[in-house]
Amino acid sequence: MTNRYIFLYASGMVILVALILSGAATLLRPLQERNMRIEKMQNILSTINIEASKGEAEAMFDRYITTAKVVNHLGEEIEGDAFEVDLQDENRKELSERMLPVYIADVDGNTYYVLPIRGNGLWGAIWGYVSLDSDMTTIVGANFDHASETPGLGAEIADDDFQDQFPGKRIFDETGQFRSVRVVKGGAPPDDPHAVDGISGGTITSNGVTNMLQSGLSAYESYFKKINTL
Amino acid sequence: MSDTNNMPLKEPLFSAKNKKLLTDPLGKENPINVQVLGICSVLAITVQLKPSLVMALSVLVVMGTANVVISLLRNTIPPRIRIIVQLTVIASLVILVDQVLRAFLYDVSRQLSVFVGLIITNCIIMGRLEAFAMKSKPWPSFLDGIGNAVGYGWVLLAVAFFRELFGSGTLMGYQVVPNIFYEYGYVNNGLMILPPMALITIGIIIWVQRSRDKSLIDIS
Repeated sequence: MTNRYIFLYASGMVILVALILSGAATLLRPLQERNMRIEKMQNILSTINIEASKGEAEAMFDRYITTAKVVNHLGEEIEGDAFEVDLQDENRKELSERMLPVYIADVDGNTYYVLPIRGNGLWGAIWGYVSLDSDMTTIVGANFDHASETPGLGAEIADDDFQDQFPGKRIFDETGQFRSVRVVKGGAPPDDPHAVDGISGGTITSNGVTNMLQSGLSAYESYFKKINTL
Repeated sequence: MSDTNNMPLKEPLFSAKNKKLLTDPLGKENPINVQVLGICSVLAITVQLKPSLVMALSVLVVMGTANVVISLLRNTIPPRIRIIVQLTVIASLVILVDQVLRAFLYDVSRQLSVFVGLIITNCIIMGRLEAFAMKSKPWPSFLDGIGNAVGYGWVLLAVAFFRELFGSGTLMGYQVVPNIFYEYGYVNNGLMILPPMALITIGIIIWVQRSRDKSLIDIS
């Protein structure tokens, strides 16, 4: 086989493969994006204790999430589509330029505030949603997910066992000081409202969650205070 | 490049020889236990049963298809770039599987995320392409691919079964070790979750297999 044949063969193969793959990617993109939207809605809803199946997620989201808005670090509402804000981009910006999405939910007359957060675990990104009661202090629910944490270890942050520790925890102490919620290696003191148990073997991921909560929620501090004084 | 199946007469689809292609990799030609290939993915994903199952199925699809594609192309592939051609075929198939999972089985693809990409590095697939599909007809290649993928899959599931059972007390995510065990001081073995135990579990499987079939000793 001549070099000419080899070159032609290789180029032909590359072009063919490129066509097939880009074709598949383009054809499947709408389905994939819809899946991601639905998953995001399910995650947001799950923090206010509403389990929505895939089929009903969109309807439930429209029903319970009454407002989705973007605020800045001073707590002022700014222009933007909360659902489309990409936290990965926002976290790279200076705090004063960040767009901070807020989802306001109304469940049977109770108002909840759902805030998205994002940070880093051991291998890659971790992210999640925290919902606060109308006192802007008590956590109603939390949902975390990750790109590539170790299954059975760090990946447990996406499990109910871990997430179920969060409801009832408080992000401000009695004096109004922002305390966030820490994920504590070796177990949190049982009566500490600002800490939850870490994951054995998943310490770096656990610390990632601590940092994510700290930096993610502290960005909203002015907003919380503003709502509370209204 | 000579065909191993140069038979003058048309061979039945499931002739004794073809059946062997399917069944040999399950036991005495097993890619993991006997050839000790593809160990890296066994270490990585066997903490739980469910990802292992999806991994096994994904490998089945990729391997069956890749073997057929390479077998069809075998007489056109320039020998000097055959490895690159094989790799391109595998990589494209893996990306396709990943895209399809993301579109139709989103939950599963979320769980497997990185591991789907790791199929590309599974040396069993390339090993079969190089050793078999490059010189065999499509149908036997297909059987060979399926056979090896199933041989890989059952070991994967066996290892995952023990690791999830003893490491987390669950199977497929459902708790199977009763709570009363824990109340009496039973503790999940954290070591089972860590990669070394996958290696040791495979070691035990290999040991059992070889002690039952002496002909395997000293092969590899």
